[in-house]
Amino acid sequence: MMEITEGSHAVAEAVRLCRPQVISAYPITPQTHIVEALAEFVANCQLDAEYITVENELSALSACIGASAAGSRTYSATTSQGLALMFEVCFNAAGMRLPIIMSIVNRAMGAPLSIWNDQQDSISLRDSGWLQFYAEDNQEATDLHLLAYKVAEDHSIQLPAFVCFDGFILSHTYEPVDMLTQEDVDKYLPKFDPTERLDAADPISFGMYATPEYYLEFRYEMDQAQKRAKDVIAKAGKEFGAMFGRDYSALIEGYCLDDAETAIVAMGSICGTIKDSIDEMRSEGKKVGLLKIRVFRPFPSEEIAKMLSHVKRVAVLDKNISLGAKGATVMEVRDALYGFSIQVKGYVLGLGGRDVRKRDIKEIVALSEKGQGDIFYGLRKELI
Amino acid sequence: MAEKTCDLFDCGHRACGGCGAALVARLVTKAAGKDSIFVSSTGCMEVFSTPYPETAWKVPWIHSLFENTAAVASGIEAALKKQGRKEKVVIMAGDGATFDIGMICISGAFERGHDFTYICYDNEAYMNTGIQRSGATPYDASTTTSPAGKCSFGNKLQKKDMPAILAAHGAPYVATTSIAYPADLLQKVEKAINTPGPCYVQVHAPCCTGWGFEGNQTIAIAKLAIETGLWVNYEMIDGKVTKVKKVVRKPVEEYLKTQKRFRHLFKPKRQDAEIAAIQAIADKNAEKFGIDIKLPPKKE
Repeated sequence: MMEITEGSHAVAEAVRLCRPQVISAYPITPQTHIVEALAEFVANCQLDAEYITVENELSALSACIGASAAGSRTYSATTSQGLALMFEVCFNAAGMRLPIIMSIVNRAMGAPLSIWNDQQDSISLRDSGWLQFYAEDNQEATDLHLLAYKVAEDHSIQLPAFVCFDGFILSHTYEPVDMLTQEDVDKYLPKFDPTERLDAADPISFGMYATPEYYLEFRYEMDQAQKRAKDVIAKAGKEFGAMFGRDYSALIEGYCLDDAETAIVAMGSICGTIKDSIDEMRSEGKKVGLLKIRVFRPFPSEEIAKMLSHVKRVAVLDKNISLGAKGATVMEVRDALYGFSIQVKGYVLGLGGRDVRKRDIKEIVALSEKGQGDIFYGLRKELI
Repeated sequence: MAEKTCDLFDCGHRACGGCGAALVARLVTKAAGKDSIFVSSTGCMEVFSTPYPETAWKVPWIHSLFENTAAVASGIEAALKKQGRKEKVVIMAGDGATFDIGMICISGAFERGHDFTYICYDNEAYMNTGIQRSGATPYDASTTTSPAGKCSFGNKLQKKDMPAILAAHGAPYVATTSIAYPADLLQKVEKAINTPGPCYVQVHAPCCTGWGFEGNQTIAIAKLAIETGLWVNYEMIDGKVTKVKKVVRKPVEEYLKTQKRFRHLFKPKRQDAEIAAIQAIADKNAEKFGIDIKLPPKKE
């Protein structure tokens, strides 16, 4: 049923329908509306979960580790500084192969302190072993939580997952969202059935230490699981489409790409702005298209190469920067297109909540056509 | 070949001969029984008991990080509650993980009142990383980050009072015990496990490698700590001290001179003022807990 609702509320509702048994979270802007809504669900007996009000984010995710290892479906949500405080725990959860789902309401990293949106937080955890999904709008943010549980808990994967959506731009924005019912979600998402759990009837040891004779293979196995996730996402995404009419089988999506000469590559809510901008450019005769990345981990290199093989140039927009190098996405897209004679330029923009408008997209396309890029876009020259 | 078994904490682990912490693991698993889930912090016990693919634990066991055992245990307890399971949750953490790096997680978990038992095996320094001082290191102990030297007598700070901190959180049961008194240890751990809510048991566990003594002296030294009043075995129920092990006290010197970590107090020359300062710590303990057994006056 379509409902005009806030992004955070829609996500909280989706999480409720996924029936997590243990929720453990610590409030941080702009994630708060999600954890408040979940607390209300528990207080009103609309959600039968243990809700642990921990003392910081490190404990939030640590409690999820304990609960997940004990065999319960778990959920947390955070952003920015909170995610940074979880850095160590994130690697640990993935290494122990615990399919915890965590919403990341994307926000810039301090200093300087900023509560506004970019994607530096989750991107900085790209090497932690978590699957990473990015939503364009609130519908996608909502649906991806179901998909994330289904994929993460698949016995061939058993990895945790971030569902990332842009702080304020999505989390605090009202949009029409097709709200699923409990019956729908129960049909789609089976009960959590881990292959191993802490159980006195069958004692096992979790989280042992590995000497150099063993460590490398553990990391290899995690990488293999990431790669297997592509097929599992395809299957789970297709099934989602068959049940609810929105197909998430593809890790990337093209928009007006078939005959495009210039392709823009981007992730998250900015894709909406880009699509509007492309519509206008198309009416002016410009052959521009968009490649939207919905899944950043596993990274869809082959899929990107296939979808972009015919274009002349690629403009990659990054709401993050690996300082001293480039935006994370452009580095990976360039790697994906290695060997193709396609111009790939990166544009770091929108950091710390700086607005990105349609005219900015048009200007970036113009810069790309002139062969200019690998820059911070939209700098206020008077401040430098 | 017949399976060799030593309780729920199996033999064949890699602790040093004479390791106090290994005794803690063996005794605590015995007290907890097989229907329990153990959570270990990073540290000596975790490392010597679980080199992949071997494990000494015959109970379900998890190690996540150094500082987060109390939070991991919170999650396990919540999950068990939701699943209607009855296993007991027991944390096994060293003094560094407890007194220092884990304090925030511990404070949060004790405040929330989860039903678990927190065992701190206290060997009074970071032994796994090479004997650095922790908040549990006693006054004047020489460690690798508080070395005795020409202008230092070692650790300048006094041991943090963790039991009082946890009692102040409202922990229903807090106790200290020692590997030198296994019956006391077993009884206190059992009591902690059977008391609903977050309980804390701090176990004195001498470390032959870190403290500098022969591995066959572990129990004797643990006993001397009690007999000199430098370690007090007591119980606190709802914040009130209810049971104290009383002793006929010996001078602290008898404990100090058994260990290399205090050697600088005796060689190259005896440091009377420092020994007196440590004696004052024992005297204060004796007064606070009333541990002294008053002997009848000798007949003329």
